[in-house]
Amino acid sequence: MYDIIIVGAGTAGLSAAIYGVRAGKSVLVLEANTYGGQIINTPEIENYPGIKNTSGFEFATALYEQATGLGAKIEFEEVRSVENTGAIKRVVTGKQTYEASSVILAAGAKNRHLGLPHEEEWLGKGISYCATCDGAFFKGKDTAVMGGGNTALEDALFLSNYCNKVYLIHRRDQFRGDSKSVALLEEKENVEFVLNATISALLGADHVEGVEVADKITGEHRSIPVDGLFIAIGQTPQNQVFSGLVDLDESGYIIAGEDCKTSADGVFAAGDGRTKIVRQLTTAAADGAVAALAACAYCDSIAG
Amino acid sequence: MEPITITAENFEQEVLQSDVPVLVDIWASWCGPCKMLSPIVDEIAKESEGFKVGKINADDEGALAAKFGVSSIPTLLVFKGGEVVNQSVGFIPKEKVLALLPQ
Repeated sequence: MYDIIIVGAGTAGLSAAIYGVRAGKSVLVLEANTYGGQIINTPEIENYPGIKNTSGFEFATALYEQATGLGAKIEFEEVRSVENTGAIKRVVTGKQTYEASSVILAAGAKNRHLGLPHEEEWLGKGISYCATCDGAFFKGKDTAVMGGGNTALEDALFLSNYCNKVYLIHRRDQFRGDSKSVALLEEKENVEFVLNATISALLGADHVEGVEVADKITGEHRSIPVDGLFIAIGQTPQNQVFSGLVDLDESGYIIAGEDCKTSADGVFAAGDGRTKIVRQLTTAAADGAVAALAACAYCDSIAG
Repeated sequence: MEPITITAENFEQEVLQSDVPVLVDIWASWCGPCKMLSPIVDEIAKESEGFKVGKINADDEGALAAKFGVSSIPTLLVFKGGEVVNQSVGFIPKEKVLALLPQ
């Protein structure tokens, strides 16, 4: 029996663990994959207050060592379900069942997929969700970026420095991302905008050789030969297993305000999986602190 | 055993001509998930029985990585009898890495 079980060892989950153990509570963190969450893919962090420059890997490793050093326990097991029986919450993993007085849901978000045939199969064979991770493999080649937000614009800019040609495919005629980035892209001779368009098929035998693009206005289809497709169409929360436990919004985010309180007593939400406007490293860490202290107060209230 | 550093020079001998299956980890120093996976691969190398473990630095051996169509790292390749029999992209936990090896 733990005071607090945290689902997810990303920035929110590990921050919550630090606050939980420092408040004298017993804390178990459960993680399906590896510690660190999404930030481990980021080569450079320059917007975390107090840290001028670090890499995502270094940041995540420091956070992990800080949490475990203070006494948080971490198990690498995938959570299958969380049952709320009132004062006791049962967290069922692929290996065993754990019990706690309170639970913090910090499972985060993953890159949204297009849902096209071969998309999963060709991951690492031309399909990528991370231009800064994989861009170097496309030096001198032709690539496409799908999306219209800041990530897509930044990916296209990044790739334009390596690639022979970059097609930026977006389903609208206006970008949601920074106008400054759009202006920079417009100046690049090797970047072509393909607007009002969606990708209707991935072309190739056993890896990406091109994309079939459908024009939303004319209905015409055309094939663009590319070696790589970078998909940057946003995030999808990893809250499926919590749908019976707490209220989710229509996009699958856990409904909780800045106090991180969910619809279930003693269950808190922290990080990118929560309904919120800004999803950044700092806000994930902030959520971790708020959710942990709320969980501590909850534990004290049921104990007292 | 420590993982073997695989290069264009020793690839033929260490991997393709190997009598036992070879688990190859393709990585780079700038790749976060690679650094997460690396200690797991080291651990597996130490415990390895009936197979061996090698690492290819994608920056130093770009042509070798390209030969196998690698466009994302970390990539794990399992070679048996000179052919790729299994592969995986991205960080995976230890039990999933072990499951890639021929039983």
